Amino acid sequence: MTPVPSSLFPYLLRLADDRLVLGHRLSEWCGHGPILEEDIALANVSLDLIGEATLLLKRAGEVEGRGRNEDALAYFRDSADYRNALMVELPKGDFGFTIVRQLFFSLFSLLQMDALTKSSDADLAGIAAKAVKESRYHVRHSAEWVVTLGDGTEESHARTQRAVDELWRYTGELFMADAIDREMSDAGLGVNPETLAERWNAEVGKTLERATLTIPKVGYMQRGGREGKHTEHLGHMLAEMQIVARSHPGASW
Amino acid sequence: MVKRAIPSREELFSILDAVMDPEVPVLSVVELGIVREAVATDDGGTVVTVTPTYSGCPAMREIETEIKRALEDQGLGPVTIRTTYSPAWTTDWIAPEARAKLEAYGIAPPGVVEAGELIQLTRRAATVRCPYCKSVLTEQKSEFGSTACKSIWFCRECRQPFEQFKAI
Repeated sequence: MTPVPSSLFPYLLRLADDRLVLGHRLSEWCGHGPILEEDIALANVSLDLIGEATLLLKRAGEVEGRGRNEDALAYFRDSADYRNALMVELPKGDFGFTIVRQLFFSLFSLLQMDALTKSSDADLAGIAAKAVKESRYHVRHSAEWVVTLGDGTEESHARTQRAVDELWRYTGELFMADAIDREMSDAGLGVNPETLAERWNAEVGKTLERATLTIPKVGYMQRGGREGKHTEHLGHMLAEMQIVARSHPGASW
Repeated sequence: MVKRAIPSREELFSILDAVMDPEVPVLSVVELGIVREAVATDDGGTVVTVTPTYSGCPAMREIETEIKRALEDQGLGPVTIRTTYSPAWTTDWIAPEARAKLEAYGIAPPGVVEAGELIQLTRRAATVRCPYCKSVLTEQKSEFGSTACKSIWFCRECRQPFEQFKAI
């Protein structure tokens, strides 16, 4: 058997953490959705993302080979050990902010997972094939809402445009590649995110145009999450997410 | 526990066909295509391969427990459950008889999975028959329902909301 490259573990953490953190952020809408159908929809998307993260963390734990399972990796790592992009950890904001972020991330995720269905890691390829089916629903859901809100009332347009303006500077990080990405791509295990940018920009551009929204001019793209340098928001979120598991280690119900 | 002859694949599947899905209790885990393989081992136990419907399906753990119990009750333990992700679960595995059971239960069965474009920015128009009055004057209210596998619909004929099993 060929040895597993050491960068597969941190690569899997990046994939898993994006979905775990965003899934948790979305779960904060449960009971707070603007209408019942959306409350249910956001909880569904959250469940899909947390499910995908669970499978990816399980695989990460196997690859690491130090006996950590998905729960150990989710509940017993601090924010500096998380490898998600900064965009997904930002507070949920208003419904417009959440929906614009869902469009940006779901489109990225769909393209990324579609490419990963060809991974030479059979588990990762299988997880990706499931995630593709789920992400297609997430893209449709968020794209329809962005158009409804953007091309809606004065108020909904203004709020959605503000969300695009605030989030745009966090989109660059999704497509930045480093040594880990390139090694994974060269080994046939992963995908270089730079290769996904063109299609993503085209689809986002199409949707925003239909929504009468504009892409802001941003000179600097935020980055740092892939190396564990996070905003203050992640620590607060993890404190809430991890408190029960850390207060009662090994508890079951 | 009784000692018994090593059962065939068909016998194992017929035992598992009595294990109902906890969220759609009218269909078994075999009819849904969650059970992919079942093999009796030399030591008298069983190895069952399952695949999750959705990544985050919260019923999977309960389904595994029920599968183990059903086989152990027949003296076919110890039961090992293996999980496979490939090929990814699809509603195309649900047979016509099972689809009829779904409709009779009040859940509109899934349509055929269309490959289509990878990225679809809007929903496609689809015709779904109301499971209650059989009218096709229905409209989708949301692609997301009470469980990951269902969407919410409304029948304009009999004025009833209903759910459809999503084609995936």
